[in-house]
Amino acid sequence: MSARRTYMRPMDGWWRRDPFFVRYMAREATAVLVVLYALVLLVGVVRLGQGQAAYEGWLQALKSPASIALHLVLLAVFLYHTWSWFNIMPKTMPLILPNGKRLSPAVVTGTGLAAAAVVCLALVIAAMKVAS
Amino acid sequence: MAENALTQTQREIEIEVLRYRPEQESEPVLQSYKVPFTDDMSVLQGLQYIKDYLDGTLSFRWSCRMAICGSCGMMIGGVPKMSCKTFLREYYPGKIRVEALAHFPIERDLVTDVRDFIGKLESIQPYIVPKEPRTLEQGEYLQTPAQLEQFLQFSGCINCMLCYAACPQYGLDSKFTGPGILALLHRYNADSRDGAKESRMELVHSEEGVWGCTAVGYCSEVCPKGVDPANAVNQNKTASAMDFFLRFVTPKGGAK
Repeated sequence: MSARRTYMRPMDGWWRRDPFFVRYMAREATAVLVVLYALVLLVGVVRLGQGQAAYEGWLQALKSPASIALHLVLLAVFLYHTWSWFNIMPKTMPLILPNGKRLSPAVVTGTGLAAAAVVCLALVIAAMKVAS
Repeated sequence: MAENALTQTQREIEIEVLRYRPEQESEPVLQSYKVPFTDDMSVLQGLQYIKDYLDGTLSFRWSCRMAICGSCGMMIGGVPKMSCKTFLREYYPGKIRVEALAHFPIERDLVTDVRDFIGKLESIQPYIVPKEPRTLEQGEYLQTPAQLEQFLQFSGCINCMLCYAACPQYGLDSKFTGPGILALLHRYNADSRDGAKESRMELVHSEEGVWGCTAVGYCSEVCPKGVDPANAVNQNKTASAMDFFLRFVTPKGGAK
């Protein structure tokens, strides 16, 4: 009989153990709010299908202070979501080897963020053109 | 100036060690030691001072003292680090807490039971299985620099298991193969000379394979050798997903 008696430490509250894990959990949690915003848009589509009065009502509801506060929170969450997405990207994609050397992670993250910024800007400009 | 030199040698740091002696404790307890140190002393040297002068019962693993044997990994201030390349001066004047590597069963004090890791290491054929047998007369297997680059960084692994202590998915369910072994598996699969990819991919696709990873990414942060295990694991998620869809259209059944 072996006298070995190993001790296994519990995993309770593991994500509070390290700031890195807290950031990871925050990244994962942003997905919930992404769904929430998708639902807001989905309600808009449904209201549009119900006719002009219903759609105008939905637009009016969006202008309430509570809705504006929610959208500001969503904007902050989306910014973090975008940053965290491109931050992990160098670790999730195949090696890119221009000139036979590995592309630096900072270049991958930077390019991703720049592309996201350009696409957002283009969408905003296009939306304003359509609106005017 | 002499005074200055004196204070330099007299500096003292508090090291808290998570002790576990199975014959006298039912669970680990912290024990504190005051250790005199100089700027060039590593945490490992601090532990060696404790063992030599303060408390001979303290147990810990170490060998090379120069970050290549992979024996002295432990939680230092809650972060998985090699104790031989972490310096006491970085924590002064605060105290240091040293614990056994997280997510492994503690055998005694800072020594963990790593049988699970060794078993997994043995299971992946961690060596090159030649794609085509060659005789000596035919000469060496040639590789381009680009082919070398595909696996070179993943071959830097020293089996220190810091990435396992950094991986909450392994901590929550040790059936997950884990970052280090999956990176090593990829090191051989990505080698143009190797011919055993097909058999290794069985593990990659399985429940215990790459899909246990949720891209926390901390494994790559703590790796002392810049292996980037998270990249190896996630490259294989792409390969595994391709295989899932391609098995419907290829006669061989998959992109192996």
